[in-house]
Amino acid sequence: MSAEFKRKIIAATQQENQVMKDYFLDLDAAAKNPDEKIAWCTSVGPAELLRGMGFKVHFPENHGAMLGATRMSTELIDVAVADGFSPNVCSYMNSDIGSFLSEKTPLRKAYGIDLPKPDVLVYNTSQCRDVQDWFEWYGRRLGVPALGMRTPRGIIGHDEDLSRAGTEQLKAMVPQLEEIIGRKMDIDRLRETIQSSRQTSDLWNECLKTNVHTPAPWTFFDSCIHMGPAVVLRGEPAASDYYRVLLKELKEKIAKNDAAVEGERHRLFWVGIPVWGRIGAQSKLFGQLAANIIASTYCSSWVFETLDAANPLESLGETYTQLYIAGDDTRRMEFVRKSVEEYNIDGMVYHDAWTCAFTTECRYGLPARLREASGIPYIVINGDLNDLRCYSDEQTSLKVEAFIEELEGI
Amino acid sequence: MGEKLYLGVDVGSTFCKAALIVGESGELVGYNTRESGTDFAFTAKIAVEASLRMAGAQSSDVAYCVSTGYGRHNLDFSDRVISEISCHAKAASTKYHTAMTMIDIGGQDNKVVEINDKGERTSFRMNRKCAAGTGAFIEEMAGRLKVHLSDMDGLARQATHDIKLGSFCTVYAGTEVLGLVRQGVAVPDIVKGVFYSVIKRVTAMQRIGGKVLMTGGVAEHNPYILTLMEELADCEVLLAQHPQLFGAIGAAIYASESGT
Repeated sequence: MSAEFKRKIIAATQQENQVMKDYFLDLDAAAKNPDEKIAWCTSVGPAELLRGMGFKVHFPENHGAMLGATRMSTELIDVAVADGFSPNVCSYMNSDIGSFLSEKTPLRKAYGIDLPKPDVLVYNTSQCRDVQDWFEWYGRRLGVPALGMRTPRGIIGHDEDLSRAGTEQLKAMVPQLEEIIGRKMDIDRLRETIQSSRQTSDLWNECLKTNVHTPAPWTFFDSCIHMGPAVVLRGEPAASDYYRVLLKELKEKIAKNDAAVEGERHRLFWVGIPVWGRIGAQSKLFGQLAANIIASTYCSSWVFETLDAANPLESLGETYTQLYIAGDDTRRMEFVRKSVEEYNIDGMVYHDAWTCAFTTECRYGLPARLREASGIPYIVINGDLNDLRCYSDEQTSLKVEAFIEELEGI
Repeated sequence: MGEKLYLGVDVGSTFCKAALIVGESGELVGYNTRESGTDFAFTAKIAVEASLRMAGAQSSDVAYCVSTGYGRHNLDFSDRVISEISCHAKAASTKYHTAMTMIDIGGQDNKVVEINDKGERTSFRMNRKCAAGTGAFIEEMAGRLKVHLSDMDGLARQATHDIKLGSFCTVYAGTEVLGLVRQGVAVPDIVKGVFYSVIKRVTAMQRIGGKVLMTGGVAEHNPYILTLMEELADCEVLLAQHPQLFGAIGAAIYASESGT
């Protein structure tokens, strides 16, 4: 293990911080303005529809990730558990609900604001089941409508019927949303929003793909931080503006062969959700071993290549029913196998997240099947997205060190 | 001493082990095992001094040192740090020259390591963040039964009935053991059930077959576990020479390769 590893600075981070600050302050201003309406939306819910109709949009999962990254979550999970939630269900949900019940949020320290109260809650079950229970809990608690795209998971191939069903559900949602916001949907504004979201998605994807280059200019852990605008500002020009700046910097790093991990010896792929409270520690752990996790299923989940302004509701229906995470193992494995080739990957790191069965992709034999098909070695890290009681630093270090030794033939 | 010596130190969660080997022959000339305690660096130093005394050597005779185990990063005199998974595998491939599955049941965790016929480590599995199936589990159950740890193996061999513990969790298994005590089940039967539970956890980590080598303190002090493993996995299970020292020996072998 090399003596010291320091994360390389990404200068665009300052701009990202400002973009995120502006976003939250705008939400806070909207919460205080009776003429504005606020929607809470799941992270892969139809944000473009909401923005296109004029809603300001808050994402409770983004708040959950902030609770994890600031390590406030483990304490807050217990508050939700004491209110009747199982400790084994989504720890984003438990920490967010715990945050609501105990009136503690990292937004207060970061921006001096509280969470904006919603006028409507909109979820999409194609990512997981828990979001429905999560949003309906808020709906009951706050007396606001919870509207949902109820779409299945584990889908095989590209399911056209499902896309059409998704579109019909969105069409059915429109009159309810029009009533809440007090005006008719403007289809041209929706098209513009979708166009803007598609731009953000394409730019985000381009940023991720810069890591095809050897050495890679940034790490998975960096991209977890920089994905904020791609999640919460889809459909807003501020997001695409930001990714143009980030992309330029990453391309400059490539031109200079400026490696995120000096002496990059191993190129790894992360499958699953991050351990938010250990982003820094894991970045250091892998970096010290000259290993870079250069791509992931997680960060690629906000690449929406089917968004099409020419067919607004149809493309939203398709996009939000055919998500990567909604696919069956065959579809997921094909994506990972292609990524392994594209990024020239040496090894796989699977995160078995205790409270998230849906992003955990190693429970049905996929790692062994992929190793058989591609000969690619792997480790499984046991942990969780937000509940650090499910994670062991020592055991993770040992597994990672031993894995790198295996890759090096030690 | 004259000849160059190579030192391996395995600072485990429960025991600290030091092994000294001679460069050319790989002969084990000094070793020591002691409880790790809370000051890993101090305990390791004492273990190394004892090993040197046993070998009739001085610290200046040591050409290279590799540390491993839970406290592997705590030693300021170590020249190189290598994980215990690699060290156990190294000792196994050096000593046995065959493809095998190596099982190390340690105080805190279990490892199942696959080694191919070239002596290369091809994969490994570890238990989850849970004490069930580890040495700590046996220790906890010995405490519940008010039995000395060193008596567990002998008691298990006296069992006349098979008891199966159904719980995944150490705490639940402890409650289950207390329930069995309350029902008047004989202690040897319960101890065998505890051993069986350990084996079940290991065999659930990976399909066990072919040649199996067991290492680690739990196998050294409770060799009856091998018999149970053979029964359950229907395969031949070999106990490593110096099972508890095995990681330290592997570290010393790495030291001899690194320091020459």
